[in-house]
Amino acid sequence: MNILVCVKRVPAPGARINITSDGQQVDTAFLGFTVSPHEECAVEQAVQLIEKHGGDVTVLTLGPAEAEEQLRTAVSVGATKAILVPIDTADWDPQKTAQAIAKVIADLEAANGKYDLVLFGNESADSCGYQVGVRAALKLARPIVNGAKGLEIDNGVAVIRRESDAGVEIYKLKMPACVGIKEGINLPRYPTMKGRLASKKVAVDRSEATGETGGLKLITLRRPPERASNTVILGNGPEAAPAVVDLLEELGVFK
Amino acid sequence: MTVLAVVEHDRGTMTSASLGVLTAARNLAKQMNTKFEALTIGANADRLSETVANFGATTVHQAHNAMLTDFGPEAWGESIAQVVRKISPSVVIGTGTERGHEIIAQAAARLDLPAAMNCSEFDKDFNGTQPLKVVRTRWGGSLLEEAQVDAPIKLVTLANHVVEPQEELASSPATISTVDVQLDESVAQSFVQDRVERVAGVTLATSPVVVSGGRGVGSAEAFAPLEELASLLNGVVGCSRAVTNNGWRNHTDQVGQTGTRIAPDIYIACGISGAIQHWVGAMASKNILAINTDAQANIVTKAGYAVIGDLHKVVPAISAEIRRRQNK
Repeated sequence: MNILVCVKRVPAPGARINITSDGQQVDTAFLGFTVSPHEECAVEQAVQLIEKHGGDVTVLTLGPAEAEEQLRTAVSVGATKAILVPIDTADWDPQKTAQAIAKVIADLEAANGKYDLVLFGNESADSCGYQVGVRAALKLARPIVNGAKGLEIDNGVAVIRRESDAGVEIYKLKMPACVGIKEGINLPRYPTMKGRLASKKVAVDRSEATGETGGLKLITLRRPPERASNTVILGNGPEAAPAVVDLLEELGVFK
Repeated sequence: MTVLAVVEHDRGTMTSASLGVLTAARNLAKQMNTKFEALTIGANADRLSETVANFGATTVHQAHNAMLTDFGPEAWGESIAQVVRKISPSVVIGTGTERGHEIIAQAAARLDLPAAMNCSEFDKDFNGTQPLKVVRTRWGGSLLEEAQVDAPIKLVTLANHVVEPQEELASSPATISTVDVQLDESVAQSFVQDRVERVAGVTLATSPVVVSGGRGVGSAEAFAPLEELASLLNGVVGCSRAVTNNGWRNHTDQVGQTGTRIAPDIYIACGISGAIQHWVGAMASKNILAINTDAQANIVTKAGYAVIGDLHKVVPAISAEIRRRQNK
């Protein structure tokens, strides 16, 4: 089977995020970059599926030229082909991104046949737009389910497991289909030495990005107000236990 | 010119996120001096019209179709799109939840309109004629984005927990408008096919007490004292991303941007440094107690309460003290 995974290059989570003086973007001078966490899991899931069923995993990103690094990371953990759709900025607005991605996918499919699955991350870690996958799926006239915490293939049908407050829901989509993957579906592997070598050798194809600007426009980024920190120190070490239990009693969580 | 609230429900039971959306939609409509209307999807949600009316909606649109007996992201998104085409609202507000984001994205894609997810504020001067300025959360809440939705119909979702639900009756009873939406397999293929109901009991998302461990716990086995404390307090155990990445606990226990967002009465964070992506999942907690050897750790400086010390000694001491008082 042929699987395409769309990934985004984002600053590594965990760091304090600063903003450039014009308020237009995250100041990345001191940040490392990574594949957005949900998409890292999407790559892993795709690799597990081809290990079981055979086939190819193509990884695609729309992003700056530096995003080639994230494509190579994906190859180091098992993706077989890589496509960069270069743009001059860190990202485009969701409508424009979806349009560009869908166009590239449609062109690839016209030449090579359809991908059985196109995977997206549920949302990107940085812009949190929650919509590129859905928009691209609609343009490709394919069904999509987001929030996937399980994805198996059964006789040409993608079986998707997703968690809700009420329980675990099962969705079944006839392929070709699109799926929005969520972190927790698997534990992404570390690259092997063989994978690292493959990632250095792989040819990264380039496709042109085309799209019309959408209606969601960034005005400025800012940091949320810091909470005043007036931490009450209840004590040091195990001797603090009575003070902690007093607090629990006061809050009514322990009677 | 109206403000339309999209009610999220599960098989006819309204979700709490919907109450915030109804409140926000009413407030925005008042500010715009226009009508506040709501949409329920599926006949099993008709009974929610009364609750919706209690929040001041003048009209409740009830979308009906045999394909709307259970949740389906495409069918729900298409239903919203058809109702929006029919009534041309100025603003459509959905819930800032997994389902809410998904169905608003579906509707936006079908209407070819922009959508702004997880909005926490709307422009106080918005009157319906100009682009809508919003503040939305990025990085799961660690950055704010001021953005503008420039389209004749503005689709947004409301960040969860930011608007306190408040009922307010309209001056006259709500009008009920049934809309028979047109759906078939060509527009909607994804539906819940099967569901394994959660066993009744507290979950990470709803538990009033969460005892959480981070990298400092050190191993899967070392969570046992945290389990014990959680059980003494009728709470549950959570963890940070470092813990799931190490394979010590399942991702379902993860608190944070890519895990669960929680709002318990007390969050007890043991050996967690408090990276921003963890903090955004825990910051809605009513009280936070940090147990950490490092008095300068992020979580210690942000928490309401802290114990400086080794969690492996402090946590068992707290459990012992609870037992001692229980046995008195």
